[in-house]
Amino acid sequence: MEVGYVELAIGSILVSNFVLMKFLGLCPFLGVSKRTSDSVGMGLAVIFVMTLASAVTAALYRHVLLAGTAEHTNVLEALGLPLPAGGLVLVLKTISYILVIAALVQFVEMVLKKSVPALYRALGIYLPLITTNCAVMGVALLNTTDWRGSAAGLPVHKAAFNGFCAGVGFLLVMLFMSGIRERLAEARVPRALQGLPIAFICAGLMALAFMGFTKLFGIAV
Amino acid sequence: MEEILPYLGPALAVLGVLAVVFGAVLALANRFFRVQVDPRQQRIEEALPQTNCGACGYGGCAAYAEAIVQGKADCDLCLPGGPETACSIGEIMGKEIAEFEPKVAVVKCQGSFANTFARFRYVGERDCRAAAATQYGQTACPYGCLGFGTCVWACPFDAMVMDAETGLPRVLEEKCTACGTCAEVCPKNIIEILPKDRYVHVLCRNQDPGKATRQVCKVGCIACRKCEKVCPVEGSAVHVAGNLAPAGLAAVDMETCISCGKCAQECPVNAIGNFRKLRREAKKQEAAEEAAA
Repeated sequence: MEVGYVELAIGSILVSNFVLMKFLGLCPFLGVSKRTSDSVGMGLAVIFVMTLASAVTAALYRHVLLAGTAEHTNVLEALGLPLPAGGLVLVLKTISYILVIAALVQFVEMVLKKSVPALYRALGIYLPLITTNCAVMGVALLNTTDWRGSAAGLPVHKAAFNGFCAGVGFLLVMLFMSGIRERLAEARVPRALQGLPIAFICAGLMALAFMGFTKLFGIAV
Repeated sequence: MEEILPYLGPALAVLGVLAVVFGAVLALANRFFRVQVDPRQQRIEEALPQTNCGACGYGGCAAYAEAIVQGKADCDLCLPGGPETACSIGEIMGKEIAEFEPKVAVVKCQGSFANTFARFRYVGERDCRAAAATQYGQTACPYGCLGFGTCVWACPFDAMVMDAETGLPRVLEEKCTACGTCAEVCPKNIIEILPKDRYVHVLCRNQDPGKATRQVCKVGCIACRKCEKVCPVEGSAVHVAGNLAPAGLAAVDMETCISCGKCAQECPVNAIGNFRKLRREAKKQEAAEEAAA
């Protein structure tokens, strides 16, 4: 059965939230969540990059790495170039995704710097940081693994949508966390737990709470 | 080896094409989306320690560098970088940096257990800010230290301790970076960030008339103006401020004070503190440690 948009959205935002259920992208989650304004900037940047990266990597996967089938063609095969049996998935998946994400972030940074300097300043250091964000890599890889028995992974438009939702889920928990940490800054925390330790404890408790979304509406993505 | 060979060609070709395409796109983007940045900004960024701590008041070293280039910020705001960074930034900007002043937090209250008393027993949250919201706090002096050590908790460098004997916070000056966090959290504004090479400070914030002050604290400033009279600096470096004649609070003028300590000796209530001995000893110890190393 094809996976629907609503299912994807609820699945990526709540049921298998990238930060609290898959534990991906924890460094920006803890590093940039001290102030709400910062975390919103980071969250928006992540949404942006995840959506683009998902679309590009899904296209790359379907039409370059994967051996062609009736549903989708392989560019190499179409050009009459030799393609090993099973395609290039095994050898090239990870490394080509790294290339795509790095180039994409660089490109987006340049464009923003020129055309929307205000947004560029707001995103500041977080934009280049996303290059090394495992959540972006994670969503790209997960989009292109088995989905309900379809080895081709998600189609490009759904992959992009899934990336967008994963970013929204990231923004959501960033907002929660920054709210908690802004309150924590005022609270009297035992000396040994000040700073990151108490943030980790909060993150753990939030992850516990998100466990409650498991199998929400019967969705297990 | 046999198994790898069929993959090798296509893999290299695909990666190569991808790399060339992305390279070309980025090169074009660099051409069309290039933004002219003041070259000084780059150099200032390199001179900064890249800790992105925010002590300068800007969101990271890059933002601070930009603010300097645009003339919005001074060159000597970087605390972790210290005087060296300030000097190198000054060189880049072509500005003469007046001697980088090392600063330190000074607790301007001497209301210890022995010197003052509590008006009532405060049993709420053990936090100065909470206590200050309860009838100005439990201390007899409405300007005095509440002694719950919020500043000690707030200090990110462990540079403050509560003195169990006096009930007042003490600054460990060798650890203090003058970041000002303690001064910010203190609800009574008792802590001030002051130049380290000025030894004499009026350790009282009480602005009430002398009689009222006398009733609540043994070492409160009574605005008697003796310090003003004894000061050898022309025009006096100590001033008793305040509109009403008997009211007011002596404050030492950092620009003109020569740290002679005469006012501290003369003060009838010992409200003026002299840090000369303390800091001289710390300096000596430091020198001795350096010599040993």
